[in-house]
Amino acid sequence: MRFWRKAFVIVWKDIVSEIRTKETISSVLVFAILVIVIFNFAFSANQETMLLVAPGILWVTFAFAGVLSLNRSFIVEKEEHCLEGLMACPISREVIYVGKMLGSLLFMLFIEAIVLPIFALLFNLAVLSPQLITVTFLTTLGFVAVGTLFSALAVNTRAREMVLPILFLPIVTPIIISAVNATGLALSGEPWSSLSSWLAIIVAFDIIFLVVSFLVFTFIIEE
Amino acid sequence: MKIKVLLVVSALLMLAALYMVFIYAPTEAEMGNVQRIFYFHVPLAWIAFLAFLVVFIASILYLWKRDKRWDFIASSSAEVGLVFTTLFLITGSIWAKSWWGVWWTWDSRLTSSLVLWLIYLAYFIVRSYIAEDQRRARFAAVVGIIGFIDVPIVALAITLWRTQHPGPVIFEGGLSPEMVGTLLVSIAAFTALYALLLAYRVLMKQDEDELKKLKAQIRG
Repeated sequence: MRFWRKAFVIVWKDIVSEIRTKETISSVLVFAILVIVIFNFAFSANQETMLLVAPGILWVTFAFAGVLSLNRSFIVEKEEHCLEGLMACPISREVIYVGKMLGSLLFMLFIEAIVLPIFALLFNLAVLSPQLITVTFLTTLGFVAVGTLFSALAVNTRAREMVLPILFLPIVTPIIISAVNATGLALSGEPWSSLSSWLAIIVAFDIIFLVVSFLVFTFIIEE
Repeated sequence: MKIKVLLVVSALLMLAALYMVFIYAPTEAEMGNVQRIFYFHVPLAWIAFLAFLVVFIASILYLWKRDKRWDFIASSSAEVGLVFTTLFLITGSIWAKSWWGVWWTWDSRLTSSLVLWLIYLAYFIVRSYIAEDQRRARFAAVVGIIGFIDVPIVALAITLWRTQHPGPVIFEGGLSPEMVGTLLVSIAAFTALYALLLAYRVLMKQDEDELKKLKAQIRG
């Protein structure tokens, strides 16, 4: 599978550059924690109301953090003309999409793996259930599936990072709705069966947009 | 010539629709005259869907054929669609105010349309931030495709979300034959109007493009 080996080279490049610069993950992480702290002031809730608003807080945080980190994904490529370098490589455009998408997925999952325990600690919630981890993983996959496409689109416009949230947020509304509801059910310790219809929507979104983004990505970085 | 015919047809149909909506159709028993907004509300929803379906198909054809006429059709249809979606939201809001007592309710149809509206607003924001014609057409086509595919998923998620928090019902009883007739004529009138507006807008874009070429020639 030469396709995957090439894609993993791009992922590895992103990881190495992140380890050396520590630009994206550290700032997105601080941003995510700030959002959670500010929400705490906005609601100043007690334990009971917290259980009601916690899923919303969590997913607003992840969606905003996602926008921030997805924007970086292609801005760093644009800055030193790295994108031209990538396009000059003897690889198909689809490889670039898969590589960048997996890189963003890893970054997002890494950030979420740190934010979730902090969130649990600050709000005194039982977060680490297999249900919640599944919801988080699947929704993040949906985020990066469309987010990588839109990030590449956004950096090639005049407004750059302004464009990504405007495009990204309305498109991901179905998985945000599903993730918030599924998280609410997971936090109150419901079994898998009660989450199934929400998970089905998230999985459908993931599959559809992984395929469609994979197919149309080539039109975004054509020239 | 064809556009003149379309103009006359859509004007006649619109007059017929207005007559039927305000005079011919019976007053609904429970809601009274306010229910007449239904004959505008439903066709607007249908045109919004039709317009974005046209955007979707024209976007695919643009990416495939690279003929800028498909981009003219896609962007013109998106413009008309955005206007009709806005009107749909406004008529829905007026209806909600008189029937449920609030200007806005997170009813599944209204909410889905709001998300749809936001997606196509983003379509124009993307267009406005790209100066170069070909790139603008390509990027807009990608947004047009992704946006339309997203619509059924949005509707599904919102419907599921609303059934968890039950929302109000729009229609309890059925429609009388006169009501169905009025609705159908109104739908036909709005479809003709959509086709007319789309044709005018596409012609205008072609002229603009022609003008741009001529200007470039003069400048050398």
